[in-house]
Amino acid sequence: MATFRIPPVLRPLTDEQVEVEAAGDTLAAAFESLFASYPDLRSRVIGDDGELRRFVNVYVDDEDVRTLDGLATALEPKASIIVLPAMAGGSR
Amino acid sequence: MTSVPAPGGLAGAPVDPAALLAQGAGVLSAIGHTPLVDISLLLDPATTAPGVRLLAKLESANPSGSVKDRVALSMITRARESGALQPGQMILEPTSGNTGISLAMIGRVLGHPVRAVMPANVTPERIGLLQLFGAEVVFSPAELGSNGSVRMAQELAAADPSLFMPLQYENPANPDAHYHGTAPELIEQAGAPIDAFVSGLGTGGTLMGVGRRLREQFPDVKIVAAEPRPGDSIMGLRSLEEGYVPPVLDASKLDRRILVGNAASVAGTRELTRAGIFAGVSAGAALNVAKRIAKQAAPGATIVMLVADSGWKYLSAGIWDDRDEAQLETDMEAGHWW
Repeated sequence: MATFRIPPVLRPLTDEQVEVEAAGDTLAAAFESLFASYPDLRSRVIGDDGELRRFVNVYVDDEDVRTLDGLATALEPKASIIVLPAMAGGSR
Repeated sequence: MTSVPAPGGLAGAPVDPAALLAQGAGVLSAIGHTPLVDISLLLDPATTAPGVRLLAKLESANPSGSVKDRVALSMITRARESGALQPGQMILEPTSGNTGISLAMIGRVLGHPVRAVMPANVTPERIGLLQLFGAEVVFSPAELGSNGSVRMAQELAAADPSLFMPLQYENPANPDAHYHGTAPELIEQAGAPIDAFVSGLGTGGTLMGVGRRLREQFPDVKIVAAEPRPGDSIMGLRSLEEGYVPPVLDASKLDRRILVGNAASVAGTRELTRAGIFAGVSAGAALNVAKRIAKQAAPGATIVMLVADSGWKYLSAGIWDDRDEAQLETDMEAGHWW
């Protein structure tokens, strides 16, 4: 199972869950599993074109999936998936 | 808001800023031309191919202590040349600290008062440095991070046309400073083709400018971003639609983009002292990522990482004390580190 880390802005859509487990061999499959539990998330993360929305960054095991294979990125069995709003510069 | 009287020119003689810029006179001539040093002793020989080199570009050697001297000088010079910035005009800029300090230093020399908009949770050293160069400091809400500073500065600039805002997040003079300065220096200093370049991700200016120039010279170079992993407390955006991607940053030009948490960044910053380097937190994150790249590198590869600033501005945060990583992760949660 992969584990999604949900950012504060999206937690109202996940019953305030911070971490959610999801099954899937690819990022797209894991997202489908996540959306099955929390359907309102889909439109916030995925655009009408089926791709990640511009202001959403997704990291699999700390690597930006846009520099990997995007939604087709393969997941290790215990992958950690972080969804973040895009931030200017150093935000910490 | 702290208000400080607008600075004058150099003591004694009247200053001709245009002539200063043209001649690169005074301390401005000391911007750039920073050292590149070998820190391969920090690589683990057991997990690194033979002959892999790790080199560090010490941008901390710039006059105000950070890589942002290059960016500030580039933005001010171009604005003076185009007439967008008039003699004596006030400069307003959103910054996490270093760009504001650089603008304040250069503005002091050239006679431009500076107003810096920063998240309220920056370390006190940054405020002190801005004020000693005569800058005014305006605080944006800590929980909004850099996005909050950008938004507030844009509102202030829109409300007062007498202000000039370089806006490093959108200004092509930012990456150009690295295309024309940092990168040619690296090509000359590295002594071999560069296989990977690693830098912290802020505005994206360093990665874009250095990356563009290095790719012209070494088409297979990998441009790698070390990005701060934000804690929940600074992700107080109301919606994802309020996210901000700096126009300077074209993420498609990054070969890899890797998140580094606070504790790992500090561990890297501490480790740099083993090479005698007293650096800021973003350099620790860059080291963390550079070491990962080194493990995957071919024999004889040359990896360059950028040390954006020195450690002085972080002393009050106590990051070189004996706290363990778990405690640091907790303690640093609400801070703004680069």
